[in-house]
Amino acid sequence: MKILKWTIGLIIFAAFFYFNFFIYQGALMLQLINVILFSSLMVLIRVIIGPTAADRIVSVDILGVLILGLTALLSIYYNESFFIDVGLIWALLSLIATLAFSKILEGRQLDD
Amino acid sequence: MEIKTKSRIIVFIFALLVWFALTDIKDYQEALIGIGISLLITFLAGQFLVTTAKSQHPVKRFLHFIIYIFRFFWEMIKANFEVAYLVIHPMLPIKPGIVKIKTKLTKDSAITVLANSITLTPGTLTVDINEDKKELYIHWIKVSSTDINETTKEIGEKFEKTLTEVFE
Amino acid sequence: MTDTIGIILICIGIAFDFLGVLGLVRLPDVYNRLQAATKCVTFGSMGILLGVIVMQGFTSFGFKALIGIVFIILAAPTAAHAVARAAHRSKIPLAKISVVDKYEEDKELIDETLKEEVEV
Repeated sequence: MKILKWTIGLIIFAAFFYFNFFIYQGALMLQLINVILFSSLMVLIRVIIGPTAADRIVSVDILGVLILGLTALLSIYYNESFFIDVGLIWALLSLIATLAFSKILEGRQLDD
Repeated sequence: MEIKTKSRIIVFIFALLVWFALTDIKDYQEALIGIGISLLITFLAGQFLVTTAKSQHPVKRFLHFIIYIFRFFWEMIKANFEVAYLVIHPMLPIKPGIVKIKTKLTKDSAITVLANSITLTPGTLTVDINEDKKELYIHWIKVSSTDINETTKEIGEKFEKTLTEVFE
Repeated sequence: MTDTIGIILICIGIAFDFLGVLGLVRLPDVYNRLQAATKCVTFGSMGILLGVIVMQGFTSFGFKALIGIVFIILAAPTAAHAVARAAHRSKIPLAKISVVDKYEEDKELIDETLKEEVEV
């Protein structure tokens, strides 16, 4: 069972990196952006299968920080600085959401 | 000078600096709006930044803070290589558990910075604080001992000395 | 020259981002996942923003990235601490290979003293 999981994972990673870096002909920055988008897909896997609520909260929090890096790369690629603003606001809101959700998970009210 | 006034002045200067850094100032109106918003922030939330007087000289505290930042980044780089090794390793050689450490720090801000640094350094994550006995509960990914004195020596002490100089 | 250094920093950051997310998928329970994800993803995003600063210099662009670095250094450990405490208090167990759990022992002690006080 474990060997099966390992084989599937390694095949998926190898296929992704091969297609991204050798077949896809975009600029280097776009290839790097693709790696971050692939990481976000893996985070979404954890959101779907996560056995407890805490796993899902952690995943959404991590997604916010990843998006901050993604918007930084986008702003370099398009040479426009307002993408970083979007990322900052996204990370800020995801922090607030994480704190509120963990308070509710702990069994307290928001004005406690 | 009263502590609240001092705290408000520091908050005002910081808010203004952040505004000037974030906007390309092309017109005097933008600067005026920045000053207005900084004043609003100062009167809404200004008195919470500095709450207790510090005994050390400011220049000495600043130098110790620089030393602390460099040490913190070094520990952070080490932590990341350790976690990367753990994640890549096929057998996952982990041995997790929650241990206790003691701390001698008393100020709230110092304990907050200590807890955040522990979270970002090798293999450790702060779970909770026992405020009466000055103890921190740490989730450790590779437990080597469960005795409270040894864990204190291994996890907490490398930051505590510098933080005492900076925050107390 | 600055472009090359910036691209190298960005590549390091993306490698650590990927490893952190891999840890989020592989490790056994929520506390270990929290460790790997918080450390590696924070460091990775810091590397990317540092690369942006090196490539753009200290314009308003660079200062935005600097504020992003300060923000994630302050915010990520706080969120991790809140989630860890909430998970432990809502009785999510540690993984089976865990060695020791001092927090659980101390919590039982506190609960017993509270009960005695109520009875008296």
